[in-house]
Order: sequence, then C-alpha cells, then structure tokens
Amino acid sequence: MNAVTEPHHPYYIPRPSPYPIVLSAALFLLGLGAALRVNGLLAGGWALGLGALLLAYVLFRWFNAVIGESRAGLYGAQEERAFRWGMLWFITSEVVFFASLFGVLFYERNIAVPWLASFNAAHSSWAPFSPWPHFTAHWPNSGPAGARFQVVDPWGIPALNTLLLLSSGVTVTWAHAGLRAGRRTQLKAGLLLTIALGLTFLGFQVREFTEAYRQLGLTLHSGVYGATFFILTGFHGLHVSIGAIMLLAILARAWRGEFTPEHHFAFEAVSWYWHFVDVVWLALFVFVYWL
Amino acid sequence: MSAVNPAIEQLHEPHHEAPPRGITRWLYATNHKDIGVMYLVFGVSMFFLGGLPAELIRSELLTPTMRVLSPEAYNQVITIHGLVMVFAAVMPITTGFANYLIPLMIGAPDMALPRLNNWGFWLLPAAAILLVLPWGLKLIGIGTGTLDTGWTMYAPLSLQAGPGADFAFVAVLLLGLSSTMASINILVTIAQQRAAGMSWLKLPVFVWSWVVTALLLIAVFPALMAGCIMQIADRHFGTHFFSAAGGGDPVLWEHIFWFFGHPEVYILLLPTTGILPHILATFARKPMYGYKAQVYSFVAIGVMSIIVWAHHMFTSGLPTGVEIYFMLSTMAISIPVAVLFFCWFGTIWRGSMTFETPMLFALGYIVLFGIGGLTGLVLSDAAADQQYHNTYFLVAHFHYALFGGPIMGIFAALYYYLPKMTGRMYSETLGRWHFWLTLITFNVVFMPQFLLGIAGMPRRIPDYALQFAPLNMVSSIGAFALGATQLLFLYNLARTVFTTSGEAASARVWEGSSGLEFTLPSPPPFHTFVTPPVIE
Repeated sequence: MNAVTEPHHPYYIPRPSPYPIVLSAALFLLGLGAALRVNGLLAGGWALGLGALLLAYVLFRWFNAVIGESRAGLYGAQEERAFRWGMLWFITSEVVFFASLFGVLFYERNIAVPWLASFNAAHSSWAPFSPWPHFTAHWPNSGPAGARFQVVDPWGIPALNTLLLLSSGVTVTWAHAGLRAGRRTQLKAGLLLTIALGLTFLGFQVREFTEAYRQLGLTLHSGVYGATFFILTGFHGLHVSIGAIMLLAILARAWRGEFTPEHHFAFEAVSWYWHFVDVVWLALFVFVYWL
Repeated sequence: MSAVNPAIEQLHEPHHEAPPRGITRWLYATNHKDIGVMYLVFGVSMFFLGGLPAELIRSELLTPTMRVLSPEAYNQVITIHGLVMVFAAVMPITTGFANYLIPLMIGAPDMALPRLNNWGFWLLPAAAILLVLPWGLKLIGIGTGTLDTGWTMYAPLSLQAGPGADFAFVAVLLLGLSSTMASINILVTIAQQRAAGMSWLKLPVFVWSWVVTALLLIAVFPALMAGCIMQIADRHFGTHFFSAAGGGDPVLWEHIFWFFGHPEVYILLLPTTGILPHILATFARKPMYGYKAQVYSFVAIGVMSIIVWAHHMFTSGLPTGVEIYFMLSTMAISIPVAVLFFCWFGTIWRGSMTFETPMLFALGYIVLFGIGGLTGLVLSDAAADQQYHNTYFLVAHFHYALFGGPIMGIFAALYYYLPKMTGRMYSETLGRWHFWLTLITFNVVFMPQFLLGIAGMPRRIPDYALQFAPLNMVSSIGAFALGATQLLFLYNLARTVFTTSGEAASARVWEGSSGLEFTLPSPPPFHTFVTPPVIE
C-alpha cells in the first residue's frame, strides 16, 4: 500500500517537445504509404520512404534528448520507476500481440481445419454436397485449394537458431553482471557477443525463408500453414531486428562510457526486451516448427 | 514531505509557472491538462462529425425507397458513423477526462510520461484522416471511397472491399497504438504518481474505473491490431487466414474482432460508470454508497468482459455447447453491473437531491443505460438471439447501451467539470433544455426501433418494406431533433469557454462536491500539486 514514497525532488516534467507530434506524422506517412502502395499506387512508396526517414530521425533525436536529461541528473527514483513500469506494460502489450498470433495458429489448426473437413465425414449429411470431397483434416495444411509444400525441418536451422538465441540471452545477462560489477570490458564483450548471435540468427532466418520459398514451396500462399508460419516467424524476426538495433545503440553508449553500476535503465529495458523475444522464440520453436 | 534539494530545484526552470505561448503550447504539449483538453476538443468535434453520417442514415430511412444515398454510399456511411463514434469520439473524450482528472484526483504533478501522452493524442488525428481520406481520393478518381463493411469489418466482405478497407485497417493500427500508449501512461501514473497517503483503496472511483479500462485496452487491443495485419495480408499478400480455400476461416476474424470488441464496450462504458457516482454523490449531498463494491465490480466486469465475446456471434453457426457457455457467461456479467446500479441507487437514496444539469444527465444515464442493459439480457439468450440479432432490435439495444451509457455519462461529466476547467458556469437553463430534449428525442429515435426489430425489420439494409414506414418516419424525425438538440450543447459550451457571460465558479463549484480536484481554484493553475498534497 505504500508504493508511493516521498519524492526527493519535484517530478520532472519535460518542456514542450516537438518529437511526439513529429513521430505521429512519421507514422501517418508510413500508414498512408502502406495503404497506397498495397493498392499499386507508386506515390505510396515515396510516402513510405519519407515516413521511414522521419521515423528514424525523430526516434534518434527523442532518445538523445532523454539520454541528455538522464545524464544531466534530472531523473530521480520516481522517474526511473515510471520508465520501468512503462517498459513492462509495453512488453505486456507485445505479449498479447504474440499471444493473439499463437491463438490464431491454434484456432486454424485445431478448429478451422477440422471444421472444414467435417463436411466430408462419412456420417455427415453434408458430405454429398461438399465442394472439397477429398479434403481431410491434417496439419500441415494448405486448404482445399492449396498447393503442395514441405515444412522446414525443426532439427536443422530452427534448432541451431534456438541454441543461438538462448546463448544470446546468457551473454546479455553476463554483460549485465559486468556492468553491475563495474567490469566495462565484460559489458562490451557481452553486448558484442549478444549482437553477433542475434545477427547470426537473423542471417539463418533469411536463409531459411529463402529455402522455404525456393525449395520447399512453402510461401505466404501456402494456405493456413504458410500464413501462420510466416506471420509468426516474420514478426518474431522483426522484433529480433529491432532488438539488435537497440542493442547496437546500447553498445555505442557503453563505448562512450555511459551507464553506471547503479544507474542503467536503458540497458535493462533492452535486455528485458531481448529476453522477451527469446521466450517468444521458444514458443515458436515448439508450436510452429516442432509439434 | 521531505525538503526539496535547491540544486535540483534550479534545474526546473521557470516554465513551471505559466503556459507557453502560441500554437506550440498545443502541438508540443507536455501538460496533462492541455493534452486532456485537446482530447476533449477532438472527441467532441468528432462526436458532431460522426453525427452527420447518422443523420444521413436516418434521412435515407425517412421513407421507403432509395432517395438520398446509393446503397454503396449507405454502407460507407454506416461504417464511418460506427468507427468515428467509437474510436474518435467516445474513447478520446473518456481518455481526455483521464488525462485531465487523474493527476488532480491523486495529487500528482502531471502524468508519469508527459511526452508519451502527447504522442498518444497526435496519433488520433492521423488515424481519423486516414479513415476518411478515401472519400477524398475517390474525388480524384482513386478507389471506391471508404470502408463499406460496417464497423465490424467482417471477412470475407472486408477481403472484397475496395482500397478504403486498407486505410481503415491502417487507421485502426494507429488507434491501437494510441490507446496502448495512453493506457500504459495511465497505469504508470496511477501506480507511481499518487500522493503519499493516497492508497489504492482511497483512489477515487473514477481512477479505479480507469485502472480496469487501461488494463482491458492493453489486454485486447493488440489482438485487434494483429487481426488488422492479417486482414491486410489476406487482401494483398496471398495469405488465407480468413479464407476457406486455404483452410482458413472467416469466423476467425469474428472471434478476433469480438475478443477485442466486447471488452471495447466496457472500455467505452467503464470510465463513465466511474464518473457517475461522483456526480450522484455531489448532488445527493451524501457520501458515495458502496465504494468497495463498485471497485470490485469494475474488476469483475473487466475480467468477465474478456470471456464473453462470442455472444456477438450466436448467428455465426457456433456449436451449441459453445453458444450455451457464452450465453451463461454473458448473463453472469449482468451481476456486477447490477451491483453498480445498486450502488448508484444507494448513493441517491434519501439524499437531499437537487437537479442541476450534470445530475439530470446522470439520472438519465441510469434510466437509458438500464433499458440498454435489460434488452441486452434479451439478446444474450442464444435461442432468442436468432430472432433479434440482425434486426433493429439490436440497433436499438446498442444505442440505449452506448448513447444511454457513455454519451449521457460524458454529457454529465462535461457539465460537471466544465466550471472547474474554465472557471465559469455554463447556462443552467440551456443545460436543462439540452437534457430534456435529448432524453425525449433519443427515445423517439430508438424506442420505435425496438418495435421495428421485433416486427422483423433487418438492420444494415438501406431500404425496407412498406409496413415499417410509419415507425421509421417517427425514428428519423426524432433523429433530426436529437441532432438539432446537440447544437444547444455546442452553443452552451462555446458560450462558457469563449465568453465571460457565465458567473465565476468557486473552487468547490458544487455545494456537495468533494475530492482533491475541488480543492484547487477554478480553473486550476497550469501546474498543480508540484508539491504533493497531504492526504489524511
């Protein structure tokens, strides 16, 4: 009940800032560009490009401003708690996002496909009218009208990738231990290793997707299997990429001599995010590749 | 309170005293009151813009045969009415109250993350523009106008819709981002910024209603965002999430949409059920009845709202066992809602009541939302729903629940807090006219729709059989009157904000008001509670 302790100085309220509205404008351009581009309007490409540039610029400036304020000593314990809880709730919303995608996978696999095939069951009075008399409920499945495809062998690249990501979770924790103990070399080495493992993971994912398209015939068009496979692995890959970019920023800051053993919330936020991406991968490996 | 370190105090420059000048005060705002006001202005504007399509719908339905709109345009108009009212009017207004009031109510100097706060707001106009932009593009020969599937965006209709659908899905993504950011900020603020002594079970009921609302938003909006991405993928990238040809299932979209959509009803409703007891207690001049019961009811409603969604899908061909589960769970949610009603009655029971405009709207809320809730019980019966579901009975129920609830609650809250925000009283006479005309004309619009629905008039169809003509004419005339009545409110609002004709409001504003926000002058200074208040 006493979560609120007495602040040792007035809560820091930032000056009026242009970054939020510019960030919104960048996302507006990205949204507009995407909506135009998917409908074949080339102007959408320009809006997308402009939006992406603006996004990168404003994020860089905004984070720099926050880092500057932090280094100027404007943040006390209360501000840091606010950042911490903000990041935790953000990760919670991301968990819901991925949980929804897994929910879609379970629904398609365990409800939609059997339901579709139940029309053909021998005892079904619909069987004579079924538009897909030869369709049976099995997984993997590309639907009554889908093309044939093969699935990715879980014990090839995916197993290796699991090893890579799990190790990267260990190295980022090792880096954190170094930071807390004031061993800066361990911090930098740990971060470097983590980034290297993450990038290797991404390289293997690209290779896996290429093989899926070229050799296995597994594409976005491969019915529900292809759709759920690529949306889950694709969004996970996107998150690994974002995580790797954030780790690079943290590494650059560590190199500049920032972060103290007591005060390094940015590092922790990124490592939480990285662990979250790690856990999502474990679920992916089990439910998408393996089972 | 501990002593303030003077060295750190100097870092807080004098910008704490006065608001910045010029347009950047609003564009670059970090002040919770300014951002709250922007949310309110945006939401009220969108309430009027979203009302125009409603008037168009009723113009078309004034008489049988198509006179005003083409069937395609009719579909677009009902879609935009729904999306704008839910996402651009009601949600921003309740979020505006959250931003303005929560720091005042818990004794915080501002929201925990002021810049994030402003980002959340500025995503809204971006989303609103994307939503209606396809109408502009159609004028220059691109596309077929906005989304025309109804606000539920059901597949496979959505997969066949024109480019307007992509704009709508992208707009919903931005809205989801906005709501998520606002919710994170509200949760962090309530958890971290409370003044010393403001323990969880001392939080005002309104703040509690927002704890649950924000949790719900974080728990369900990302699911809808994932769904929108899948819709775009199905439309353009060859996936088969919602298409049986690839083994997918259009009903999956209904599950995703209503997994979000049913909690969304409570997201719209809860903030106003939070503000209602404050208003009732003020004008009954009694302490609020059943504080803990209300808080626990909010939590119960929040939890249960996540597990009842498929009652929106009784006519989608779900297995009987599933329908029975969703029927029973839906009926069960009326229990915590009934507890809220009981607490409202308990609060005004034997009070020395006066009937100023906020109180009138609060009482109107109880009556109209009560009708919405009871007719909801009728619809929650899976067997009976087959008859009512695609008729005007459902349209009438929905509007009793969401106009009778959130909109009446928003009017009550606006009248209640307007003197606090502006320092001026609104015109009480105009306010009462606004209430009585709204109450009467609202019932003229929607009561006939219950009868039309029972008689079998299908919803979403721009034309109807001759036997439905008389009641439709009554409903449409009521709608024009209801729309015109809202102009009274607009005038009263503008008069209060922009002129000095209203008498000055005291700090306490109302004789029976209580709460930290009423210890501050009206209007409150730009920065409040820089030094936390002492809570006994």
